[in-house]
Amino acid sequence: MPLDTSFAKKVYPPSPVYEVGPEKIAEFAAAVGSDHPAHLDPDAARALGHPDVVAPPTFAVIVAQRCEAQYVADPAAGIDYRRVVHGEEKFRHHRPIVAGDRLVATLHVDMVREAGGHGMVTTRVEIADEGGQPVSTVTSMLVVRGE
Amino acid sequence: MSERPGFDSLQVGDPVPERSFVLQRADLVRYAGASGDFNPIHWNARAATRVGLPDVIAHGMLTMATAARLVSDWCGDPGAIVEYGTRFTKPVVVPDDGAGATLRVSGTVAVKDETARTVRVDLVVECAGDRVLGKAQAVVRLS
Repeated sequence: MPLDTSFAKKVYPPSPVYEVGPEKIAEFAAAVGSDHPAHLDPDAARALGHPDVVAPPTFAVIVAQRCEAQYVADPAAGIDYRRVVHGEEKFRHHRPIVAGDRLVATLHVDMVREAGGHGMVTTRVEIADEGGQPVSTVTSMLVVRGE
Repeated sequence: MSERPGFDSLQVGDPVPERSFVLQRADLVRYAGASGDFNPIHWNARAATRVGLPDVIAHGMLTMATAARLVSDWCGDPGAIVEYGTRFTKPVVVPDDGAGATLRVSGTVAVKDETARTVRVDLVVECAGDRVLGKAQAVVRLS
């Protein structure tokens, strides 16, 4: 099934709150091999000016990929996940993610197109706190390889 | 911990010294659990070869996160990375042979922004002689 290009420019409703726990930061930091004390020790994080333990720079992908699933896992979108290759990823952090954050993610489908037998989709997840203050912008481009 | 680089002391062209990072199958399983990305091509050789890959490959996001360690350890604050982006140019094949895959990561200070007091570090990330990330760039805020 081809990509449904009518999804381009679609904006989804805000996600439920994702609460960032210190254990999840520690777990993710261990999984990426980062042993910086600011991931584990609140005092080490505060010494660097953070209010609590700080997440690794790609932690926001957890929140973003959950949010992207609303689109990429929707059968109507026509994305055959067996043929998906991750093309690009970019994080813009308006501030670091720290333990205690309550994050709300809003998915934007920025681009859907077919080119040279392949499909390309670009999504943007705007992550904010509950008050709407921006935290991170996560942009992801997926390539759907042709049959 | 080593001394944190100061913005004023850095110059465009300064190197961020190379480090090597080993990824084993267990690291892929652990990353799958922590990230929630359970795509079987990252842990099941049958699933990987069925889609034409030579073997299990690392999550692109694990390679990206591993490369970020060069920058966060160098600058001394994982929260100082204000932008980080990359293209995924080649898969990182992680064989189940005890040796795994070795990523070689190095960086260069490519841009200094005097107003924002940030530097852009451009990364070279190689595995088995191939560049596995393209245009991998991290913008770091320094004091």
